[in-house]
Amino acid sequence: MSLNGKAYIVGAYEHPTRKADELSVVRLHADVAKGALDDAGLRKDDIDAYFCAGDAPGLGTTTMAEYLGLQLRHVDSTECGGSAPILHVAHAAAAIAAGRCNVALITLAGRPRAAGAALSLKAPDPDAPELAFELPFGPATQNLYGMVAKRHMHEFGTTGEQLAWIKVAASHHAQHNPNAMLRNVVTVEEVVSSPMVSDPLHRLDCCVMSDGGGAIIVARPEIARDIAARQKRPMVKVRGTGEAPKHSMGGRIDLTYSAAAWSGPAAFAEAGLVPADIQYASLYDSFTITVLMQLEDLGFCKKGEGGRFVQDGGLISGVGRLPFNTDGGGLCNNHPANRGGVTKIIEAVRQLRGEAHAAVQVKNCGLALASGIGGALASRHTAGTLIMERV
Amino acid sequence: MSTRQDKPARPAGPRRIPAPRVLPESQAFWSAADEGRLVIKKCNACGEVHHYPRDVCPHCLSTDTAWLQSAGAGVVYSFSTMGKGDAAYTLAFVTLDEGVTLMTNLVDCDPRALAIGQRVKVIFKPSDGGHPVPMFTPA
Repeated sequence: MSLNGKAYIVGAYEHPTRKADELSVVRLHADVAKGALDDAGLRKDDIDAYFCAGDAPGLGTTTMAEYLGLQLRHVDSTECGGSAPILHVAHAAAAIAAGRCNVALITLAGRPRAAGAALSLKAPDPDAPELAFELPFGPATQNLYGMVAKRHMHEFGTTGEQLAWIKVAASHHAQHNPNAMLRNVVTVEEVVSSPMVSDPLHRLDCCVMSDGGGAIIVARPEIARDIAARQKRPMVKVRGTGEAPKHSMGGRIDLTYSAAAWSGPAAFAEAGLVPADIQYASLYDSFTITVLMQLEDLGFCKKGEGGRFVQDGGLISGVGRLPFNTDGGGLCNNHPANRGGVTKIIEAVRQLRGEAHAAVQVKNCGLALASGIGGALASRHTAGTLIMERV
Repeated sequence: MSTRQDKPARPAGPRRIPAPRVLPESQAFWSAADEGRLVIKKCNACGEVHHYPRDVCPHCLSTDTAWLQSAGAGVVYSFSTMGKGDAAYTLAFVTLDEGVTLMTNLVDCDPRALAIGQRVKVIFKPSDGGHPVPMFTPA
């Protein structure tokens, strides 16, 4: 069953905080839920489905339903790291199409910065079968992505300067976002001369560490039409969805592509579109190399040509061929709970509604894409692709 | 921008190598490591090798898998060096001549002189209170 047109995004909200010293994780989830309800003009009791991932405390959907006082008939706690909210939108659309719910709430939130634990993620599961064959060697997020970048440079001649252009584009957008953590516009020279974190990635190739979160509300078409009329704004249709994990494949490791090479074509097929139709893209930007990989794997350019695609402002709104992450993205704005999926959807919704900052708003933006990579490119990750249309 | 990287580096010293937590199905791997031998898994049903080692072949789901002695030689697939001074270490993927690629460290070498495609050989290094772990050094 195609999900094209079966559901609409009717609410979206990004928490303004970037350091939540006085707010608990559950409170952040509640804040963004309330924000998204207000954006949609809905009430708590309109929600009959709830989605969250591993960033929610306790028993996830159960704990959050209790805290928020939700009466639900459908829950989904699909956990795949930062891409989870993108999968949640697809799963919500499927549940709506199957008649299992009408209005689905998705939340993501966390406070790793206030907790001082941005680099020490959850303790590894001792039963994870790969643990003994990885942990002794010190895989950190930075060096795992460093290996992906180094292999890409080796295979395709990609340069540090080309990767730097991705950060430069994000910084051009972030200067207009008052909530962004890093609002200063940077140059290629500044990126490649920033301290080396894990070669070949410099500090400015890495995303920020931030607290906060975001929420999305997905509803069936009849409800979305009522809301659009009431709120006097365009509707945001779920047009195409795709998801896929990629892993070490029994030791047949190939770092030159991501699972977006599978989730992307599925989403474009469901949408009946091709990459050239997309006017704005939210691309997961844990590191600059993550963006480059998705551009190639989603088909915006050929494999190996990502460096040339992004250089000379290729991703800057109003300048380049594909405006990306016009809120500043994870590289400059916000990467709440070390998970960038929900903010990717939110900025795409802003673009489709014409609610992005005027300096970065894509003119007449009718088709947008949000892409997530949860986990780590070099070891195991899950990609989610979501194509949305303004109607 | 202020981040933890701006702070003066603490005298971190060499990185601690956590002892591998051994699951029953990989016990033989670590017993071989105690003897300085690198072994990988091969499936008797489909003939394919795999890593990390499992009872169940990830290529065909047969449980008829057996241990294969590796020559301990291969090439660097990719690597990345993180940290400063004594605390610097190089994470890598090495592709063994037997065909599997495994996560490891490149050691006893100048990381700046390493290259993708370079030939390397296994060298076992002690872990913190557990079995030795297979690392690689230029051949």
